[in-house]
Amino acid sequence: MNQIWNIARKELSDGLRNRWLLAISLLFAALAVGIAWLGAAASGQLGFTSIPATVASLASLATFLMPLIALLLAYDAIVGEDEGGTLMLLMTYPIGRGQILLGKFVGHGLILALAVLIGFGCAALAIALLVEDIEVGLLVWAFGRFMLSSTLLGWAFLALAYLLSSMVNEKSSAAGMALGVWFLFVLVFDLVLLALLVFSEGKFNPDLLPWLLLLNPTDIYRLINLSGFDGANAIGVLSLGEDLPIGGALLWLCLLAWAGLALLLAYIAFRRRAA
Amino acid sequence: MNAVDIRGVSKRYGKVTALRQLDLQLEPGEVLGLFGHNGAGKTTTMKLILGLITPTEGQVQVLGGTPNTPDIRRQLGYLPENVMFYPQLTGRETLHHFARIKGAAGQQADELLEQVGLAHAVDRRVKTYSKGMRQRLGLAQALLGNPQLLLLDEPTVGLDPIATQDLYILIDTLRQQGTSVVLCSHVLPGVEAHINRAAILAGGQLEASGTLASLRREAGLPSRIRASGLQHREQLLQNLSAEGQTAQLSGSDGIELIGSSSGKIALLRQLLEQDQPSDIEIIQPSLEDLYRYYTDRANQTQATEGKA
Repeated sequence: MNQIWNIARKELSDGLRNRWLLAISLLFAALAVGIAWLGAAASGQLGFTSIPATVASLASLATFLMPLIALLLAYDAIVGEDEGGTLMLLMTYPIGRGQILLGKFVGHGLILALAVLIGFGCAALAIALLVEDIEVGLLVWAFGRFMLSSTLLGWAFLALAYLLSSMVNEKSSAAGMALGVWFLFVLVFDLVLLALLVFSEGKFNPDLLPWLLLLNPTDIYRLINLSGFDGANAIGVLSLGEDLPIGGALLWLCLLAWAGLALLLAYIAFRRRAA
Repeated sequence: MNAVDIRGVSKRYGKVTALRQLDLQLEPGEVLGLFGHNGAGKTTTMKLILGLITPTEGQVQVLGGTPNTPDIRRQLGYLPENVMFYPQLTGRETLHHFARIKGAAGQQADELLEQVGLAHAVDRRVKTYSKGMRQRLGLAQALLGNPQLLLLDEPTVGLDPIATQDLYILIDTLRQQGTSVVLCSHVLPGVEAHINRAAILAGGQLEASGTLASLRREAGLPSRIRASGLQHREQLLQNLSAEGQTAQLSGSDGIELIGSSSGKIALLRQLLEQDQPSDIEIIQPSLEDLYRYYTDRANQTQATEGKA
């Protein structure tokens, strides 16, 4: 336990030193405030519209950003240390590979969680203070759920980043694969699902399709954030989610399972890696 | 209990054999010099002792246990060849980070920084360090937690002569305290006086192992005897050559004899009987000569095996 924290605190202080934490927090705050006040500009209005609309817009943006940031933060976690020569030294210390991996996960995970808390938290605070007669209860609930699920989504992609970082031998391959993972889950997956829907012409078991959404953590994340609002308009493949016979709590568990499974796979890959 | 006990160890990577049937023991408080070309198996041996890799055959025991357990690792210190650190951390942060992982006190980290002569640079980032400073930091981290067994891979690379001398003095001190040291090196001159035993690896095989004296005996390499201040050296040279000794004139009033290590004393006696030299110098085969002898022998054996 102590060893995990020893690694985590180094990652955390690295995140503070190279201003990652500051940069992500500022980015989140700026985006959240911007969306809250300008999000309705398309419909000809300026100013805050409603909590559900704001959170929905934020969630669609975070679907793109969160995985990207997590992958950027962690893609070189293992292979970078290997190339830098410090991994070999670390392995001669009384610390296990699982502890190294978990320590990095805790450190990076805390950076992400803190950035979400500071960035989006400040935005929520701004809304609560500046918007007249806001339902504070709804705001806290909606933002709390949004922030928690965003953090979980980030963690799942951190774990995926460790997985590919443990598998490759060069930092540049890890960067390329990270980009590939991002494309796959954020852009390609939904298109493939859509294509499957269209070209199968109903031959594909329609009961099975909604379950496929669970194979993509970003889709789970969107389902979590779009459901729960009355009249939230799910668009595209996400409307499949309405047919999903599982409740909100299970969706959370699925997202958590994604992070856990990816971390487990990363551990297996890291263990097989030659010293 | 041996500090290191390697018995019948082979290590193969696919078809490449990195080590073949290695037997090597290291007693507590003993300093072993491990010598060999690049690719001779030095680093593989180190990695086996560290438990970073497992042998294909045979057994490795370190400090009475299997090498890759945390308890054993806490008692090991390792300075890798070309040691690298996190460039963005300062020297002090680096050493404290490693001290925490090793379970050593932060105070010791500060003392070690002072001891290796980095006190003036502790708050500078490691990326601004020179090669020699990185090497000193590497040495400091190897000494964290007062290890029972210290593995040093090319420790003198990048060190200036004074720092090299300091390192050797440190090794002597550690040996007196009962620390076992394995010293891998290319730099042969100067190291002789600080090792108890030398092991020479070539092509993944242990070519020779023993004290320098026993290696000299085994190799049978000639010693050179140089005598100066002789009165009738031509006469002496004739006598010696007539007896079949290899001898030649050297300097203005001297003579140089080549003698086997066993015949050395007889030659000396003869020299003293027949003349009154003012000075006598005995040049023993150096570690370098021994190293060359054993690696050449290994190359020849391999060449013959290759032909057959």
